[in-house]
Amino acid sequence: MAETTINGASTAAKLGRKEDGAMLGVSKTSRYIAHAVLILGVLIVAFPIYYTFVASTHSLQTILRPPLPLLPGDRFFENYYQALFGGVRQTGGVGADLLLFNTTVMALGIAVGKIAISLLSAYAIVFFRFPGRMLFFWLIFITLMLPVEVRILPTYKVMVDLGLINTYAGLIIPLIASATATLLFRTFFLTIPGELVEAARVDGAGPWRFFKDILLPLSKTNLAALFVIMFIYGWTQYLWPLLITTSNDMNTIVIALRRMISFADAETQWHIVMVTAILAMLPPVAVVVFMQRWFVKGLVETEK
Amino acid sequence: MANVELKNVRKVYGGKVEAVKGVSISIPDGQMCVLVGPSGCGKSTLLRMIAGLETITDGTVSIGDKVVNDLGPVERDIAMVFQNYALYPHMSVYDNMAYGLRNRGMAKDEIDRRVREAADTLGLAEFLQRRPRELSGGQRQRVAMGRAIVRSPKAFLFDEPLSNLDAKLRGQMRVEIKSLQRRLGVTSVYVTHDQVEAMTLADTLVVMNGGLAEQIDTPMAIYEKPASTFVAGFIGSPAMNLMTARVAEDGQGLTLAGGGSVKPRDTVLPEVGREILLGVRPEHMTVTSNRSTADLTLKVTAVEILGADTLAHGQPADATQSGGELIARLPGGTRVEAGDVLPMAINPGMAHLFDARTGRRI
Repeated sequence: MAETTINGASTAAKLGRKEDGAMLGVSKTSRYIAHAVLILGVLIVAFPIYYTFVASTHSLQTILRPPLPLLPGDRFFENYYQALFGGVRQTGGVGADLLLFNTTVMALGIAVGKIAISLLSAYAIVFFRFPGRMLFFWLIFITLMLPVEVRILPTYKVMVDLGLINTYAGLIIPLIASATATLLFRTFFLTIPGELVEAARVDGAGPWRFFKDILLPLSKTNLAALFVIMFIYGWTQYLWPLLITTSNDMNTIVIALRRMISFADAETQWHIVMVTAILAMLPPVAVVVFMQRWFVKGLVETEK
Repeated sequence: MANVELKNVRKVYGGKVEAVKGVSISIPDGQMCVLVGPSGCGKSTLLRMIAGLETITDGTVSIGDKVVNDLGPVERDIAMVFQNYALYPHMSVYDNMAYGLRNRGMAKDEIDRRVREAADTLGLAEFLQRRPRELSGGQRQRVAMGRAIVRSPKAFLFDEPLSNLDAKLRGQMRVEIKSLQRRLGVTSVYVTHDQVEAMTLADTLVVMNGGLAEQIDTPMAIYEKPASTFVAGFIGSPAMNLMTARVAEDGQGLTLAGGGSVKPRDTVLPEVGREILLGVRPEHMTVTSNRSTADLTLKVTAVEILGADTLAHGQPADATQSGGELIARLPGGTRVEAGDVLPMAINPGMAHLFDARTGRRI
């Protein structure tokens, strides 16, 4: 966790420096103020996360006896080992490793599925002329007004009828159609000059080749951005996994967190909850940190 | 390599808008045909129909004696150079040129040979691994040409390929395209709105207006004998002077509508009283010292000094009403000032007469 904080801070510093370079006339005072604001912002964001980390390294007794120390304790390995492999009783005998695996499958499935579907539908809408093209476009557009929560009961019924309760498919499929991503890809595709499409036609590239050789490589920065957004969207899903999974084996980490806290028969194991919270945060953070390079690369190289 | 034949080609958009109204052009093997005209005249549409990017409403397009109306761009075996180059931004120069060949399943070493050969021809050898964005405009244009050359197609199609370059580079590339096309001997169709490009590049020049070919001929023939007032005004810079006139009662001269009269030499006049348009190119008017041989007198209103030439803007001195500005191109260094009255002679045989109603050459 500490590493992530440093990473975030250094990015902020980098951006700050860049800006200074661009604005040579800026006085020292205003530069200090700008940095102070930035550092304050980083602290406000980072401190609660840091405090969660601190709590995850103390024993339950220390946590329950305020004030909580500001420095990490000595129970790091015990707590994390217990959460990952101890088969924590509070989550119904399921370890955090299985929870993380479930959540990763769901988040990856949603991210990849959403991108695949929206990429293909945007491709169809922008580059092909077929009857009802605009009708389909507007139908997709209208689904923006129907979030998961609105259609949750009919969707649940369909999933029950298909026997998809407690399956990865049940977790993923209802969430993988995305109007937002379709519209984003559509907007991007519309900026691709018609001449490029025609040049590809003259070069003998059929629809599939054009998609594979030209459109996909050109969209890679958009793909990266959407992947990050969609992965986090999938990772933080709460309501749908709560409905569709009844078996503890299929729980996602977000659901498990909630169950741990509201467990009535025993005292809440706050140190394990904190560990789980940190573990739940790590993969999305990793995705952002890893993809960040791509982002910046994509922003610097404007290819079109 | 092949000849290209257009027979009565028409293009109608949405059953209403007629963009091309029946054009027939015959381009012999290895020649360069330039389509020139103002924007919206249908020249690009015509080119895109030859390329197979646009369907043909009516008429036939044949390449190498084979009607290609229903074939796609690939089967037509043509290569096209686009205005904005249309290079694949994510591919290296090498891949840009090789892409079309790979799609045809050509052997790797043959692709390599062709790409390197084209790169040598175009002076791109050291840039093969670069991306298009790392190249200058002229180099990108060369890559676009290279992409066309490696295919050794039956025909090259150019869609205003030089309009995104600065003036100096444009002149340079114009010469390069011409010599390259000569060397490769590939039949080419070139669309432009720039009359200098049109004049210098064309073997056959097609002046288009409103979806029709106004005149098809060699550039020089079009310059010397424009078929209509439109062609006369479009080819040549500054544009040809056009004056409304009527054949005088004695049949010996022309009475200008604005007042005054002109007696062009070596020109056969039509019947007395016929209303015509008299066209004279600015470069075909000379200042004479002898007032008696002057065809008209020019009252200068403005002077543009271009160095090699001096352009005198003005009106016929005996004009009773304003309007009908004339331009005379005088040798550089001629001392003229606004307010001067110059006796002008029209060079013998250089007066063009057009029907006032139809604008057609008489």
